[in-house]
Amino acid sequence: MIALRGVTKRFGDAVALDRASIDVIAGTTHVLLGSSGSGKSTVLRLILGLATPDEGTVLVDGTVVDASTRAGLVKRMGYVVQDGGLYPHLTAYENVALGAEGQRWPRARIDARVAELAVMAGLDRALLDRYPRELSGGERQRVGLMRALMLDPPILLLDEPLGALDPIVRAELQGQLGRLFAALGKTVVLVTHDIREAALLGHTITLMTAGRIVQQGTFADLVERPATPFVAQFIHAQTLAPSASVGH
Amino acid sequence: MGAALWALLLHASTAGAAPDGAIRIGSKSFTESYILAEVVAQLVEQVGEARAERRVGLGGTGVTYRALESGAIDVYPEYTGTLSHVILKDPELVTTDAIRPRVEAQGLTISAPLGFNNTYALAVRGDTAQRLGLRTIGDLARHPELTAAFSSGFLEREDGWPGLKRHYGLSLARVGVLEHALQYRALASGDVDVMDVFSTDGQLERLRLRLLEDDRRFFPDYSAVLLVRREIVERFPRTWARLREGLEGRIDARRMAQLNAMADLDGKRVAEVAAAFLGADSPEGHGGRAVVAELYALTKDHLVLVLVSLAAAIALGLPMGVVAARYRRAGQLELSVIAMLQTIPALALLMFMIPVFGIGKGPALVALSLYALLPIARGTYAGMIAIDRQLLEIASVLGLGRLRRLLRVDLPLASISIMAGIKTAAVMTVGTATLAAFIGGGGYGSLIVRGLALDDTATILAGAAAAAAMALGFHALFELLDRLTIPRGLRR
Repeated sequence: MIALRGVTKRFGDAVALDRASIDVIAGTTHVLLGSSGSGKSTVLRLILGLATPDEGTVLVDGTVVDASTRAGLVKRMGYVVQDGGLYPHLTAYENVALGAEGQRWPRARIDARVAELAVMAGLDRALLDRYPRELSGGERQRVGLMRALMLDPPILLLDEPLGALDPIVRAELQGQLGRLFAALGKTVVLVTHDIREAALLGHTITLMTAGRIVQQGTFADLVERPATPFVAQFIHAQTLAPSASVGH
Repeated sequence: MGAALWALLLHASTAGAAPDGAIRIGSKSFTESYILAEVVAQLVEQVGEARAERRVGLGGTGVTYRALESGAIDVYPEYTGTLSHVILKDPELVTTDAIRPRVEAQGLTISAPLGFNNTYALAVRGDTAQRLGLRTIGDLARHPELTAAFSSGFLEREDGWPGLKRHYGLSLARVGVLEHALQYRALASGDVDVMDVFSTDGQLERLRLRLLEDDRRFFPDYSAVLLVRREIVERFPRTWARLREGLEGRIDARRMAQLNAMADLDGKRVAEVAAAFLGADSPEGHGGRAVVAELYALTKDHLVLVLVSLAAAIALGLPMGVVAARYRRAGQLELSVIAMLQTIPALALLMFMIPVFGIGKGPALVALSLYALLPIARGTYAGMIAIDRQLLEIASVLGLGRLRRLLRVDLPLASISIMAGIKTAAVMTVGTATLAAFIGGGGYGSLIVRGLALDDTATILAGAAAAAAMALGFHALFELLDRLTIPRGLRR
């Protein structure tokens, strides 16, 4: 459904992505895992057509993403960024409704859809009239998710959606996201540096570092059959270190 | 708000057209011209055939004559020497009878001379004149021991001292250069004996100075006349007859000097001086009502200037800022051009408008709009390029059309910066609009121009204070407007 074929992206002399090939299977959640600067966000931007590859092609539903196809393709995508990426001058409701206004939905249909999404995302409806700065980080993120889901796109792209949240809210939202993705059957690409998030949400995980793909597979593949010492190190650093210290 | 703006625009656009039944009286911006114009205005009002509309203090000959030519004014006091040398550029034309057919070809005509000749002259103290028996300039040749202080212009111009010296064969013991105001003191204190003056100078009478007669006719003749559009003569024959009867040959140099002195030295209002000359009561009285009425009219004028030019500058500057932010390279060029406009001194920009748009409110509005463009375009540009890139990308992913994105996302996010630009432009325009008076645009600047011409500090201050008060008012208004235009979510 989404595919990168040998894609290279440079910013000046820096190589952000080096001959990357990724396949995202429809209806599954694909996690791009890596530390900052690994090129995982660049993959999302390439899929969204916000960046263009220097080499290789990006395909969405069999169509190459380029200047001429981009406008049509992004209609099939919802985009969620860290801390929600909400418009500060619009209320939560207006943020969520913006895309539907662009499609000239009647007001009643917008109202109904926003109410439905609020339930789905677990947002108190009383908060819909607030401005982003009047909401907590978790609430902003729920609004951001609602906005991405408003037009019910088949593809959902999330860039560190929970990155700015404290651990408790983060854990709660991770659980909710997992249930939501399963219920909606969306094709999801989620960027994170958090291995537990990857383990919890990802059907498939692509581990990246310095613009290159190190290993692709399930979480079990990564743990049991690490392709390189780096993979083992990366997983060890986040999962075993805390429990090791508990053991002592 | 929109309807009010349109009403103002409409008002401004009709302000330039000749209203029926009105004679618009102009003047240059110096005391004598103001007084003569006011005398004309009061005579027009006495006859009652037409309304008198005062458009005085237009500046120099160029502006005032163009105003008459273009029909922005109908009549103003002029001098034969200026007509022949500056306007018609034919020094051979000396008498009004010689000049009249030439101006009639332009759809204008002139009256007979009003009586006085306002030209360069040499003055000595009354007692010096008596002691040495000085009557004419030629008499100076017999007294080479006398000393003189001349203004720098007179000392250098060929039609000043150098030419005069040769014409009369003069040589004086000591000839110095002095600031005009200081010349009087030097003469009164006996430091010097001779100075150059204008023959209707108000000081002559007060200091008991004697003008030396130009018996060998060196100085050109600057006889005062009324220069008028012929259609006015035809449409209001009774008024024209009354003007000729009341003014032609009625004001000699001494009388004019006295009238100038009343305004310049006694601080009398021009309306009072004119009324005194006509032997009438001051028509609008000395009372507060006239002042209030004038201030009201000037405030209306000034508001129209500011609001209309600001509206135009917003209508133009905002899209320019948006375009500059979208197409960065072309935008830099565009902003540079606007910035260049800004470097032109405001007064010069106003003057540039005259050959294209004539005088009055129209050209003032154009100049003020151009002047207000930079802060608005820059504010818009700065606000647009400062928008978080991620927020713009999200707009593109949400599939918003260009216009909806501009109205719902870009402009609201840039609104603080845009409003700051508009605020700067508004306050600036209130100040700059005072310069509009120099090209007949009216407003508070009329007070400043008149005050400068009459050397009347109180009037200058009144104009400046009124403009300052309006600037404060605009500032307060925009603080309120901020609450309406800047989204609540962006306010701090």
